[in-house]
Amino acid sequence: MPAPLASAQLPATPPASVARRRVVLLAGCLLLAALPAIAHGAGQPFLIATFTRFVIYAIAAVSLDLILGIGGLTSFGHAAWFGLGGYVVAIAAFHAQDASTLLGWGGSTEALVVWPLAIAVTALVALPIGALSLRTSGIHFIMITLAFAQMLFYLFVSVKFYGGDDGLAMQRRNTLAGADLRDATVFYYVCVACLVAWTTLCAAIRRSRFGMVLSGCRQSERRLLALGYPVYRYKLVAFVLAAAGAALSGALWANAARFVSPDMLAWVKSGELMVMVILGGTGTLFGPIAGAFVLLGVEQLLSAWTEHWMLILGPLLVLFVVFARRGLWGLVAGER
Amino acid sequence: MLLFLEQLLNGLQYGVMLFLLAAGLTLVFGIMGVINLAHGSLFMVGAYAAAAVAGHTGSFALAALAALAAAGGAGLAVEFLVIRRLYDRDHLDQVLATFGLLLFFNELVATLAGRTPLFMQPPAWLGGAVEIIPGVPYPTFRLAILATGVAVAAGLAFLIARTRLGMLIRAGATHRAIVGALGVDIRLLFTLVFALGALLAGLAGLMAAPILAVQVGMGEQILIATFVVVVIGGLGSVRGAFVGALLVGLVDTLARAFVPGLLKQVFAPTTADALGAGLASAAIYLLMALVLVFRPRGLLPA
Amino acid sequence: MKVPALVAALALFCAGPTVAQTPVKIGMITTLTTPGGYLGEDVRDAFRLAIDEEGGKLGGVPVQLIVEDDNLKPANGKQIADKMLQQDKVKLVTGLIFSNVAGAVAPTVLEAGAFYISPNAGPSNFAGKDCHKNYFVASWQNDSLHESAGQAAANLGYKRMVILAPNYQAGKDALTGFKRYFKGEVLEEIYTKLDQTDFSAELARIRALKPDAVYQFHPGGQGITFVKQYVQAGLIGSTPMVVSEVSMEPRILGAVGDAAVGINVTGHWNNDFANPASQAFVKAFTTRYNRAPTPYAQQGYDTAKLIGSALKAVGGDLAKEDAFRAALRKADFVSTRGSFRFGSNQHPIQDWYAFRSRPAPTASRRSPPRARC
Repeated sequence: MPAPLASAQLPATPPASVARRRVVLLAGCLLLAALPAIAHGAGQPFLIATFTRFVIYAIAAVSLDLILGIGGLTSFGHAAWFGLGGYVVAIAAFHAQDASTLLGWGGSTEALVVWPLAIAVTALVALPIGALSLRTSGIHFIMITLAFAQMLFYLFVSVKFYGGDDGLAMQRRNTLAGADLRDATVFYYVCVACLVAWTTLCAAIRRSRFGMVLSGCRQSERRLLALGYPVYRYKLVAFVLAAAGAALSGALWANAARFVSPDMLAWVKSGELMVMVILGGTGTLFGPIAGAFVLLGVEQLLSAWTEHWMLILGPLLVLFVVFARRGLWGLVAGER
Repeated sequence: MLLFLEQLLNGLQYGVMLFLLAAGLTLVFGIMGVINLAHGSLFMVGAYAAAAVAGHTGSFALAALAALAAAGGAGLAVEFLVIRRLYDRDHLDQVLATFGLLLFFNELVATLAGRTPLFMQPPAWLGGAVEIIPGVPYPTFRLAILATGVAVAAGLAFLIARTRLGMLIRAGATHRAIVGALGVDIRLLFTLVFALGALLAGLAGLMAAPILAVQVGMGEQILIATFVVVVIGGLGSVRGAFVGALLVGLVDTLARAFVPGLLKQVFAPTTADALGAGLASAAIYLLMALVLVFRPRGLLPA
Repeated sequence: MKVPALVAALALFCAGPTVAQTPVKIGMITTLTTPGGYLGEDVRDAFRLAIDEEGGKLGGVPVQLIVEDDNLKPANGKQIADKMLQQDKVKLVTGLIFSNVAGAVAPTVLEAGAFYISPNAGPSNFAGKDCHKNYFVASWQNDSLHESAGQAAANLGYKRMVILAPNYQAGKDALTGFKRYFKGEVLEEIYTKLDQTDFSAELARIRALKPDAVYQFHPGGQGITFVKQYVQAGLIGSTPMVVSEVSMEPRILGAVGDAAVGINVTGHWNNDFANPASQAFVKAFTTRYNRAPTPYAQQGYDTAKLIGSALKAVGGDLAKEDAFRAALRKADFVSTRGSFRFGSNQHPIQDWYAFRSRPAPTASRRSPPRARC
């Protein structure tokens, strides 16, 4: 039987830092809630769509942080789950639109049907892939997750029926009882609700016994094994959970863009998600949200300003790594 | 049969091309523990320098010098300004920083050289074709690539197994701290290794410039395949990189050459085409996944 | 850090240009980065040239061109479109290069009631079932590229051919389009990988099959790589090649060098056209940018001229939508390609030409009008 993990508690954070963290979190939540009002107030309502995009990517980044930051499993194929989730939603809508069937199912545009479906399908695909990938560790894990993601990428590129490389468009957003998702503000708040719910869930997981074991995997897998924990199973569950979170994010993105393409599964997208997590601060869960906002925001500002935006963004990232060692969250909340 | 031989040769040649890149990458990783996403950028810098100088002077020798100097110089600068500060850091920090470098180099080259792909042709004495397989004229330049790759492999094997530097490299890879404690200047050693890796990338760029499109982003196209090679071979192992590169080159080439044809024996032509192309694209990733499932540390781990 | 960064971001977003009522805003969403970046660069530069030649006007109407890079990502393109439509109140969008980005952006623009005029991408669905009254293409319908090449191959008397394209939608469409007009025997269809850099396996298959000629569709860098390796393998002497203009324009020509001699190219325009409009354009473009214009540049220029003709008709008032649309349909401008008019699906009806390394344009065929709108 595994020994109880009381001794493996995280080092106690000094109270001052806890207070600071709470303030920052509260301010972040308020800001998220106020963004649409700010956008309207500034006479720039289109910004709501931009912020929606940031929020959606933040969900994917948080889910990546669950395995990368907490479990120490660097997945370089996380975009595969993002894309898969999106494709499930778009394919369901595709069949509902032209009244064709997929394995006898007529498709659906009901959010409460297709979003959970996207999560379930993705989790189901992630299970065997995770089971195989987790036989490796370290850099090899990075590469094997990349390999599987590339296989899925090429799969969607080759499936002509669903648009292949050109992608698949959705005529309208999913329907959700009690909310008009076509309205930008409503959709924004739905996405924020998903982000808050998902981050809360992840934070709860981190504090749970399960999270402790996972965190232990990162610190010393050998010790956990010696203590009798079925480490492999813990990691596999975490892998599938993280995939599910990314699938939710992908499902939302399909709705936001009303368009999916293999581009969503590309390795570059996996890299971007990783950059968001590292930028925000690995293992902090809240950091990656900031990471997503800052990376996408800076990219958008710079690319609107000059076509040579990469000339600036590149060195900015380098400087950030060299001088800000603890990520954005470390800078604001004083916690790694 | 002749066709099979020719495809085999093609596969070997592509593999050797990959090896030129993979050797530098695996050295830098194995000895310094640095994941360098910007390795493809050094390759691009080498190719651009070669094409630019060849375009102005028409001399392949000068182009070769320029490619090595540019890639080596860029590598030293990168090591001095960025990588040096990241040796003790998490791999993830290195990934983020070198990702930033990759963006920077792409845009820098685009700004300096413009977005038009550059032109470069093989030197006249390597421009023809040789009939090494009867009835199949094989481009001499591709044979030159093959020869270069084999020479580099032999040179590296000698360097690592027989020289003092090689001894330090081997020692540094396994017990970095102890080598440092014994009075060896680890910093200098790392700088040398990184420069060597950059030179190899520049050499790969030089050899690739006449047969590929010299354009912005050319590094990333081949970077992923290179990482696949390194991982299949076993991280940090030059021997592994050589075996891995040949394996990836052969699998990729033979899959493209024969899988669609084989599938046509079973499926309708349209299905076979789509399926075959998809399978051929994914073949090297399939290979990598298989290798890692059965040999989680690669074929010949260092 | 999170809070201050966001506030800064907001401040910058809001600090957009203050709206001066007079100039008509034209949103240009195009691809300026990635290996495909030079396509957008040419479209943009030629478009700017047209504006600057009139001193900041098109058709006598002052215009303001807002350019943004889509980074060849459909999602980015859509994001920019939303911004332009909502923040800048743009009513006229152009610039898209790649069909997959167009697939995401064009519907957004059209649903917002704005006009979209394509300077390059002309996916076939928008010429048929998805056509829209505010959607115009000033370049060509994608299929025309490949159909003209098929016709050219037939005219050249080739009977047995091997055809190649990358394994994605546009590649598959390319081969289908080619086969529509090429009536000989296709020995083999070869699909290449999306990011392939070595074609020796395919070249060996071609050599073994001994076709009369080869058709290949690899736009941009991949095309350069393919042609270089094709020539080095010694195939160009024994097996001629037929391509469309996107696989062999001046920039590719420059990167391939003398190797390109003898390749058959089909296209709607070339920079040696004798008509005065074309000659003036080529001269002005070359002088200003110090490079030869590609067909992409010509398309950008014609797009600007087309827009100018319609702006003139409504005096720059895009609120007169019906009049603006009618004026666009008339296409009352001097095209650098010679004759230009729209079919009922608002795609051009134009001549396609067969070229060879020696620029001696000869009329090949007229592209038939497609689905009615």
